Amino acid sequence: MNKEQMIQSMTDTMARFTGYMGKRLPDDVMAKLRDLREQEDSYLAKVVYDSMFENQEIADKLDRPCCQDTGVIQYYLKAGAGFPLLSEVQGILRNAVMIATKAAPLRHNAVQIFEEKNTGTNTGERVPIVNWDIVPNSNSIEVEVYMAGGGCSLPGQGKTLMPGDGYEGVVKFVFDVMTSYGVNACPPLLVGIGIAGSIEVAATLSKKALFRPIGSRHHDSRGAQMELLIEEGLNKIGLGPQGVSGKNSVLGVHIESAARHPSTISVAISVGCWAHRRGTIRIHEDMSYEILSHKGVTL
Amino acid sequence: MKKVLTTPIKNEDLENITAGDVVYLDGYLITCRDVAHRRLIELGRELPVDLNGLAIFHAGPIVAKDDNGQWQMISIGPTTSMRMEKFEKEFIAQTGVKLIIGKGGMGADTVAGCKNHKALHAVFPGGCAVLAANGVEEIERVEWEDLGMPESLWVSRVKNFGPLIISIDTKGNNLFETNKAKFNERKKPIVEEICKQVKFIK
Repeated sequence: MNKEQMIQSMTDTMARFTGYMGKRLPDDVMAKLRDLREQEDSYLAKVVYDSMFENQEIADKLDRPCCQDTGVIQYYLKAGAGFPLLSEVQGILRNAVMIATKAAPLRHNAVQIFEEKNTGTNTGERVPIVNWDIVPNSNSIEVEVYMAGGGCSLPGQGKTLMPGDGYEGVVKFVFDVMTSYGVNACPPLLVGIGIAGSIEVAATLSKKALFRPIGSRHHDSRGAQMELLIEEGLNKIGLGPQGVSGKNSVLGVHIESAARHPSTISVAISVGCWAHRRGTIRIHEDMSYEILSHKGVTL
Repeated sequence: MKKVLTTPIKNEDLENITAGDVVYLDGYLITCRDVAHRRLIELGRELPVDLNGLAIFHAGPIVAKDDNGQWQMISIGPTTSMRMEKFEKEFIAQTGVKLIIGKGGMGADTVAGCKNHKALHAVFPGGCAVLAANGVEEIERVEWEDLGMPESLWVSRVKNFGPLIISIDTKGNNLFETNKAKFNERKKPIVEEICKQVKFIK
C-alpha cells in the first residue's frame, strides 16, 4: 500500500466503525444490562427494560442508530509513536465523521459557538473532538470512538475542593449530582469520576474512566474499594431504569486519578447513559484492524 | 386493558389517567424542543403548527429522504424534558397541547400548567429511538427547517406509539418529583456510611 491507499483504507475503516458503533452496544454493556434487567420486579422497571431490549433488536435488524442522539463524535487515541499516519490522523477522522454522518446516518449535532448554526456535517470548530495519548515503541493506533447524547452530557460537572473536605467531599459531590441530574440522563448510568489537583485534569480523567471495561477496578486497592462503595451506595438509592425507580442505578462506577497539589482536590464527573456507545478499534501499521469492544464483527 | 389516547385529545380523555400509568398514542405527534419553545414564548413568534388537542415530542430525530423524496423517520427518541421547564406552562396555555412526551421529569410550573389547562406529561423510554421510529406511520411535513434536523418541527402521524409512562397528570401528581424525594431521603445515611470508609487523608 502506498500512502494514499493507506489514508483511504483508514478513512474507510473509521467511517464504517463510527457508523457501526452507533447501532450496537459493546459486549460488556449488553451483558451488564441483561444482568440488571433480571433483578427488576416492578411493573414500570420491566416496561422500560422490555422497551430497551426490543429497541436494540429492531435497531440491529433495521441497521439503524439505536439512539437518535448520536452525539458530538469524540475520538480518544492511544497512538503509537511509530504509527505511519500520525500526521494524517486528524484529517482522516474528520473525513470519517462526514462520511458516517451520511452513510449511517448520524444526527447533525455540531452547532458552532457564537454563529449558533448547526453545520449539518457533525464537523465544526475542534469537532470531532480528538484527544491524543502517544504510546512509545508502538506502530499501531488504538481509537476509542465515543458518542454521548446530550442527555448524559448534562450531568457533567466538576468542583475543586479544599483538602479539608477530603475524599468524603468527593463522595458527597458524586451523590448530589447523581440524585439531581442522574435521573434524567437515561439510567442505569456508567459513572466516571476523575480525582486530581486541578479541574481540567479531573474532567478529562472522568471521561477516560468511561472507556474502561465495565466492572474493571482502579489499580490502587483503596481506589477500587471506593469505586465499589459508591457503586453499591448508588444502587441502594434505586433510580431504576429511566429514573422510574428500581433495584439499581448504575452500570458501574470507575475512578481515574492523577496526583494532586497539597492544597486542592479536584473532582469531576462524567456519565454514560445505558446506551453507552463506546467502540474500541486497533489499527496496525499495515492498516489491518481488530475491533476490541464488539466480538466477531467485520466492518 | 391497553389505554390509547387518540388526537384530537379532549379534557375528559385525561380525567382517569394517573401518574405511573402506561398509555399509547394514535394520531398527530409534533417534535418541539428548545428553540421552538423559545421562539413562541420569549420571541413571540407564532408556531407554524396548530397544536390544539395534539401531542408534542421533546425530541430531535434522525430523518432521511427515501428514493421518492419522502421523509422517513430513522431514529427518534426523547430528549431531556427539564430543559423546556422554563417555557412549558406558558406553552401549554398558549397552544392547547394535551400531551407532552419527553424524557425524565418536569417541574412545578409544568405541573401547574397540566392542572390548570388539562394536559399530561409522559415519558417514552430514553434511548429507545428505533422502537419509537417504528410507531411513526408517516412524516406529513416539516416546519422551521432553518433550525436544523434536530430542532425542526417534524409533523408525524403515529400509531400505537409507546409505551408512554405518565409522569405528570391533571391532578397535580408528579412521578419523578415523588421519586426524587425518595432518592434524596435514601441518600443521606448511605453517604454518611461511605464517608466513614474513605478517610484516606489522615
